[in-house]
Amino acid sequence: MLLIKSLTKYFSKNTPHQVLALHNFNLKVKKGDFITIIGSNGAGKSTLLNLIAGTLLPDYGEIRLDGEMITYQPEYKRAYWIGRVFQNPLLGTAPYMSIEENLALSLKREKRGLRKGINQEMREYFRQRLSELGLGLEKDLNKKAGLLSGGERQAMTMLMATMFKPKVLLLDEHTAALDPESSKKILKITEELVEERKNDLITLMVTHNMKQALEVGNRTIMMDRGQNIFDIQGEERNKIDVNFLLQQFSKLRNQEYIEDRLVLD
Amino acid sequence: MSISIALHALEQGLIFGIMVLGVFLTYKILDFPDLTVDGSFTLGAAVTATIIFSGGSPLWGISLAIISGSLAGLFTGFLHTKLKLSNLLSGILTMTLLYSVNLRIMGKPNIPLLGKETILEKIAIYLPHISGNYLIPFFFLILVIIIKFALDLFLSTEIGLAIIATGDNEQMIKSLGANTDLTKIIGLSLSNALVALSGAFFAQYSGFADVNMGLGTIVSGLASVIIGISIIRTPTIFWRTIAVVIGSLLYRLIMIIALRYGYRLGFKPGDLKLISAVLVIVALAVPLIKKRIDFLTSFNLGRKDLQNNHKEV
Repeated sequence: MLLIKSLTKYFSKNTPHQVLALHNFNLKVKKGDFITIIGSNGAGKSTLLNLIAGTLLPDYGEIRLDGEMITYQPEYKRAYWIGRVFQNPLLGTAPYMSIEENLALSLKREKRGLRKGINQEMREYFRQRLSELGLGLEKDLNKKAGLLSGGERQAMTMLMATMFKPKVLLLDEHTAALDPESSKKILKITEELVEERKNDLITLMVTHNMKQALEVGNRTIMMDRGQNIFDIQGEERNKIDVNFLLQQFSKLRNQEYIEDRLVLD
Repeated sequence: MSISIALHALEQGLIFGIMVLGVFLTYKILDFPDLTVDGSFTLGAAVTATIIFSGGSPLWGISLAIISGSLAGLFTGFLHTKLKLSNLLSGILTMTLLYSVNLRIMGKPNIPLLGKETILEKIAIYLPHISGNYLIPFFFLILVIIIKFALDLFLSTEIGLAIIATGDNEQMIKSLGANTDLTKIIGLSLSNALVALSGAFFAQYSGFADVNMGLGTIVSGLASVIIGISIIRTPTIFWRTIAVVIGSLLYRLIMIIALRYGYRLGFKPGDLKLISAVLVIVALAVPLIKKRIDFLTSFNLGRKDLQNNHKEV
């Protein structure tokens, strides 16, 4: 269970440029939930994920995972149970390191010591997992990650984020920077990897694509100006469409949902 | 070129090769240009020379040099990661304070080791059947090979991989559970321990320690690293550590030749630092200039690289 209570985050606090990125944000996520998060630019979606991951620290509020308070835990410690995929495919892998080195770094996150970084058993496991992606990455484990395409790197990052059996998976528009073909492929891989552990994994996926937001996962929340303004799941969610979401937004906020990328989707 | 020049270049190239492996670790692996080395090279020499001069065992001196070097690296790492100073400034500050520390340790600016029993004399006793001329290069060759393999091995461990990743994609390795403050500190400590070890051997090899002997270590280290990896262009750690040691040998050869024959071109011994700095600038600029030329000529030739690919298909 992931519990977020009154989470508040300012940027450039106490300056004329102060921005309230997250305002009294509350969220309760059950194990097995796959939540898609939508909202216009500046709604606080990425800030929320960064606060959960520990890249940013909040000004107020708390985050609990399975009862344990993790609000101010350093980022690297939270990485023991959080898997992350970023929008930029270049962020998720180390370009000058080989495929197997990247995967090994991701598999062994806690208590790094003087043991051999990669062993034969790990290589076998990597080959098997990579072949499941269907991209042929298992053929050359020594290939540098920087030589792979954006889609291939993102697929690898997806694998790295789930392979070590995390409790929470954070996806920040991880298909947005890819071409439509790769984007579809990555989304399919995402669903397969999440499905594998659907009973105990918490997944939060930020997306700009409203259609996608309703198609994957079992719950959708809409954010605006740092708040959770709309939360829908289960049977109700199956009945609604993108238009309903847009109407809902205008009704709640008394204004049109403004999103340049919406037109493209 | 006489054999004596080659032997000198070999000996010095190997002794400084230990330092170059340290500079490689920070500059190429951690992506951290660490200026501490100018101070920690002297530190290693100062600690060892002081102990040997006062009648202590050379092995004890060398061990202390390694420890003090790693502490110097630790301090730079602390300034950079905990006090958030930039990497260059952290190195400069440690280097500067080490100058005073080195003077304190030695008690005077120069300690001669003539007539004292250094590690090299001890080894000569153990290996009497190898003639003196070849004993020193042989000893340092074995030593550098051992250090090279130890470093390779270390970089293939879990911590080692995390250190490589810190220099390659820091944000990623943070999100994979590594404390990058710690990986940087470990890398810097190890690097400066190697540099101090190199200084400890150089003091015993040249028969003195001087408070200014570390001046320009970073530049010669960078020159060696850059020369080495521009000659041997393979991305594996195994070959890169060999490459930088070869870079060190070549660099010392160039320096010795410049020192020996430079006067014919009007160079003075004081110009050596100028030569090494120019060497670094040229070595760093060549790839850029080459790229620029390739780019300009590609217009005339209509992307030669693509034509070639086409033919192969």
